[in-house]
Amino acid sequence: MKTIEDIEKIRKAKREELDLRINTSADTREKHILVCRGTGCTSSKSPKIIENFRRIIEEKNIKNVRVIQTGCFGLCAKGPIVIIRPEETFYAHVKPEDCEEIIQSHICEGKKVERLLCKDIDGSVVDKLDDLTFYKKQKRIALKNCGVIDPEDIDEYIAFDGYKALEKVLTQMTPDEVIDVVSKSGLRGRGGAGFPTGKKWSFAKMEEGKEKYIICNADEGDPGAFMDRSILEGDPNCVIEAMAIAGYAIGANQGYIYVRAEYPIAVQRLKIAIKQAREYGLLGENIFGTGFKFDVDIRLGAGAFVCGEETALLESVEGKRGQPRVKPPYPASKGLFAKPTVINNVETLANITKIILNGAEWYASIGTEKSKGTKVFALGGNVNNVGLVEVPMGTTLREIVYDIGGGIPNGREFKAAQTGGPSGGCIPVQHLDTPIDYESLSSIGSMMGSGGLIVMDDSKCMVDIARFYLDFTVSESCGKCTPCRIGTKRMLEILTRMCEGKAEQDDIYKLETLANNIKNASVCGLGQTAPNPVLSTLKYFKEEYEEHVSDKKCRAGHCKELCDIKIDPQKCKGCGLCKRNCPVNAISGEVKNPHVIDQSKCIKCGTCVDKCPFKAISK
Amino acid sequence: MEEKCVDKKVKDETKEILKNYPKEKDKLIAILNDIQERFGYIPKQAQEEVSEYLSIPMAQIYGVITFYSRFTLSPKGKYNISICLGTACFVKGSQNLLDRAKERLQIEPGQVTPDGKFSIDDVRCVGACGLAPVFMVNDEVYGNATVKEFDEVIDKYMKE
Repeated sequence: MKTIEDIEKIRKAKREELDLRINTSADTREKHILVCRGTGCTSSKSPKIIENFRRIIEEKNIKNVRVIQTGCFGLCAKGPIVIIRPEETFYAHVKPEDCEEIIQSHICEGKKVERLLCKDIDGSVVDKLDDLTFYKKQKRIALKNCGVIDPEDIDEYIAFDGYKALEKVLTQMTPDEVIDVVSKSGLRGRGGAGFPTGKKWSFAKMEEGKEKYIICNADEGDPGAFMDRSILEGDPNCVIEAMAIAGYAIGANQGYIYVRAEYPIAVQRLKIAIKQAREYGLLGENIFGTGFKFDVDIRLGAGAFVCGEETALLESVEGKRGQPRVKPPYPASKGLFAKPTVINNVETLANITKIILNGAEWYASIGTEKSKGTKVFALGGNVNNVGLVEVPMGTTLREIVYDIGGGIPNGREFKAAQTGGPSGGCIPVQHLDTPIDYESLSSIGSMMGSGGLIVMDDSKCMVDIARFYLDFTVSESCGKCTPCRIGTKRMLEILTRMCEGKAEQDDIYKLETLANNIKNASVCGLGQTAPNPVLSTLKYFKEEYEEHVSDKKCRAGHCKELCDIKIDPQKCKGCGLCKRNCPVNAISGEVKNPHVIDQSKCIKCGTCVDKCPFKAISK
Repeated sequence: MEEKCVDKKVKDETKEILKNYPKEKDKLIAILNDIQERFGYIPKQAQEEVSEYLSIPMAQIYGVITFYSRFTLSPKGKYNISICLGTACFVKGSQNLLDRAKERLQIEPGQVTPDGKFSIDDVRCVGACGLAPVFMVNDEVYGNATVKEFDEVIDKYMKE
């Protein structure tokens, strides 16, 4: 159990020790080797890198060097990433066997390892993290500590103002003042719908009753989205602290974090953070000696997308099938175990501590008129800089895709950007300059969503993308209401027919009617938004649908039944590269003579198209 | 006789898991997660133990198991191949990997080969979008995969 003074003492001592993490001109003889332990880098052997660094440092008996695991640095495309501070040297694609050289050259001899330095999009070698164009237009608020601190050490969190907001709230503010600050900041729910957070809290505050609950929604089911996971992996304490603040504001003493069991690293770090917070008395009875009591427990999801919907989530926390409830009553009045409950998304909570410490005006000065602050996006798909980005609201899609994302790889053209996952839509090239906020995205038929942003190049078939999302919705529909359960299935059948070249003339009409009916008649958000991927692609790419139906053609060359892969005998030099790379041995031909593809064997995987150095093979 | 031994082992180990939990109905999913992790699936004997412990009918437990995709009623293969069909992987061609897996192993996602050696799962986002397209064999992650590389990995496991 620690007092306010104890925590302040830890903060001061640690802050001094960790100054080199954020200050490139820190006055120190120490060096910190930071290695990313986010899921992406962990999959490409970053634990082994940490192990090697530690072993070599011990063997060589080097002093003043520490190896620290951190959360996600954001630039996943360059992983595994190693950053050496205070000089902020950024090493990309590091392999376990590179550790020896980094230690010997960089640490012992003071010479940077040139071949491992990160290259920017234009090919120039970048020496410091801040010089990368990827980071230049970003503003990190929710991700402030990600990649800076060791997420498994609460002292490091405390060093960078951790638990200072909770202390301020408990000792200097009334619950109403807390809600007032959050309301004035203009913060809106980052889970997708964008409901004002302050308003949500005030509804729950007004409810009578002793028992109330705070739930953190970490059921990030949108395929291709990993913002919440990265926050939990990189800075779990900021979410726990914010939950305690929310608890104080509405009068709750118990919080639950509902997190996907598919996120083992995030779950593990949350467990550690909760344990350490309890040891310090930052969770539990009589926090900071103020008499306020709050505790947090973890509840694991078990793989159901619908549980991201707040009432389905409540059912699941209660141990039942995650089927949505009919609203009203809303969770703020009748939520978990029929008690008033506030459910906030991870990223929403990650903003709270910064708003309390820096003030509502500071937060409200960032962003657009109706959407304040920043938004974290998981940028993926056909874009050079795949990774995690945080930008002020109002940044345009073009800035994200081209300036931060570095544009489209392989010399291809931008075709569409998908936001909002299975509930969102595809944004075509003519809307690239739309500033990103809640209203403007929904006005062009998409939505903010939780933050998945998938870029697609011109080799993607929009009908097939719509089919992909419907396939997802069909398997994730909970089955409670008919429009969603049966309607989405019928839509998927129509889309599959189209992609297989078996569509009938009135299929587009049927698809559109069905989509609108499902949107209007479904019980929960999942069904109401399930047709969005179809409606938005119908709006912007209707000619592709028409070609699939009438001409039985797929202009992107993606739908296998609608295309043949052919070798142009004029262009083929007979090098044999395609033949050697074909996984099913469908290509034959003599060296230096044009090759041919046996269509009966071809699985249309496209490997040969990508491999041909003479661009002789096309779909 | 042998079957009874297996039954007893499952029952005993389930009882061990149940010791960590109070008799509260909202603990059901947490308990099932533990059982799934312990056995690789949720055996019927384990369901019976849970049903008795929490006083929840078998039908309701079955309903919860089949609702959540993480829970399975039969064991997976020795080598479980998970192919990520998250949007980032799909856009980069992971469907080709899945098609190839089905063709090579002659089974559908969720099924096990007759010799019990391989099973296929189509999963939604393993979180390694920076490495897309991604597939996994048990816990080993293979990133930036092509059909040819996929074939080589399968060949390697087939020989084992």
